[in-house]
Amino acid sequence: MEQILANGVYLGSQYAMIALGLTLIFALMNVLNFAHGQMYVIGGFVTYTVYGQLGLPFVVALVMSCVTLAILGALIEKFLFAPVIKGSAREESTMLLAAGIAFFLDALILIIFGEKQRGVPKIVNGVFNYDFRLIMPYDRILICGLAILSIVAFIGLMQYTKTGRALRALAQDRTAAQLMGVNVDRYSMIGFALGAMLAGLVGGLLVTITGVNLGMGGPTSIKAFMMVMIGGAGVISGAIWGGIILGFMEAIGLAVLSQYGDITYLLIFISLMIFLAIRPQGLMGKPWG
Amino acid sequence: MGFSSKQMMGLGVFLFAIFVGVPLLIGATGRWDFYFTLTSVALLAIASAGVWLTFYIGRINIGQGAFALIGAYVSAILVVKAGWSFWLSLPAAGLFAALVAVLIGLPILRLRGVYFAMITLVLTQVVTLTALALPITNGAKGISNIPLPSGLSLFGIPLIPDFGSMENTKLAFYLTACILMVVTYAALYRLVNSRLGHLCRSMQQNEELASSIGVNIAYIRIVIFAISSFFGGLGGAMFGSIAQSVYPSSFQVADSVNFMLNCFLGGLGYVFGPMLGTLVLYFGWDLLFEFGKYQMLIYSTLLILIIRFLPNGLLSIRFSKGDKS
Repeated sequence: MEQILANGVYLGSQYAMIALGLTLIFALMNVLNFAHGQMYVIGGFVTYTVYGQLGLPFVVALVMSCVTLAILGALIEKFLFAPVIKGSAREESTMLLAAGIAFFLDALILIIFGEKQRGVPKIVNGVFNYDFRLIMPYDRILICGLAILSIVAFIGLMQYTKTGRALRALAQDRTAAQLMGVNVDRYSMIGFALGAMLAGLVGGLLVTITGVNLGMGGPTSIKAFMMVMIGGAGVISGAIWGGIILGFMEAIGLAVLSQYGDITYLLIFISLMIFLAIRPQGLMGKPWG
Repeated sequence: MGFSSKQMMGLGVFLFAIFVGVPLLIGATGRWDFYFTLTSVALLAIASAGVWLTFYIGRINIGQGAFALIGAYVSAILVVKAGWSFWLSLPAAGLFAALVAVLIGLPILRLRGVYFAMITLVLTQVVTLTALALPITNGAKGISNIPLPSGLSLFGIPLIPDFGSMENTKLAFYLTACILMVVTYAALYRLVNSRLGHLCRSMQQNEELASSIGVNIAYIRIVIFAISSFFGGLGGAMFGSIAQSVYPSSFQVADSVNFMLNCFLGGLGYVFGPMLGTLVLYFGWDLLFEFGKYQMLIYSTLLILIIRFLPNGLLSIRFSKGDKS
């Protein structure tokens, strides 16, 4: 039981970070970022290159992942999303753009990094063992701690800085924020970059444990969508809850249902559909966001 | 519902092109592989028509892959395990998909916007996983060796020849798929220009307002979703028959997303948008095959450029003067 709980916390903290980036982008620009999983994979590959190939310290690699993705996100927002949102008759056209970008990043990853599964050397050795009831490698504990730390840092940023306040205002009401003198274009870009950066950061953290490969992008996006739906689209606390809930469901499902084969996800999906039928806006979302 | 002579001409040219022009052209150039590509385009266009219809009531549907997979499995199981004729199993597959759509639609059609989009995306995943888990679908092995469609005769008059005894099944499948596609789009056009179509447009703009003046929105959205899924099931069943096999991976999330992209690319305001979108997306992908590993890169770059400069779809070039149909 302790093991399941520990796995849940570990999975949940990472999932929450992925969902945070997605929900931030959604809240700011009403864009469903299909390319989120691919951004996560790019983050993983950057860390793999800097830490695994070039042999630089892990922290440098993480920073590189964040910077790369932040720049990428900013460019995508400035040159693709912003003009398309201005020019299209229906907001949903951005979904086509997002899917196109997902395909594009997939192709880019394939050409630059290849299709092989890549891993990096462990950052910390050893396994934490509590009476054989709770077994957890130290690197997982470290990654989990770092993930929780980044979530706290992100919440701090959103709550107590000027940028965060501007972003929250933008998410609440775009027009009102503009009337109050918020530079909407600039903060949309910053928000998108921040969301992409979070994806890159998780990618960089997780590459030390699960490795990274090209095929991880799509499934990660779907998981992120699910977490956002559980918590409510565009709500920060909702994304964190969604991540934690999905993490725990997965940990418990894999432990309890393992003898029935691979039905954990089927059950998670079905319960999600029932949940959404009863509460369409998720746990803490605004109705009809 | 009168047609102008220009519209009739366009229709005539289009029908002539797909039923006479394309076979002649392929016969002349010897590119027989295009038959398979174009057949796929026709079938995917049928499924995309369904997605377009859900767009018409203002819902983003990323779940058509689920209904295509359901249709493919229903048809395959009826033909292989129950020994039905394929031509009977085809409408059965569509109807079953529509039935599932009604059952699932009752709760989930209450959702809107991205919530509906995301739950339909999840639905695709659910159906794939269900196909893996159920015994009747044979799990990951899928159903292979589906016999080719047999002949169909009514009162002794042969209506459809036996595909198994045919030398050139590619042409036969192409023509079948095209007929299905034409019928689908004719039905779609009729629907959009009917009373129901007007009601749909009112829902697309504002559901509360439509409801307040007495439109039964709950009923209409179920009907539309069922018709949409019927098209999905039809396309999927035909696809399974051509490939002669169905696997849980036959229609995945990526396919669902593609169906949606077809509609966006063609333009959401135009009935024939999804057809054009499917043609451009699928055919374009096929033509870029020569570029090898750069195929995906070029394809996605073109896709991004199209949406960047024509955010309202390809057909918006023609109707840019505000002449929305």
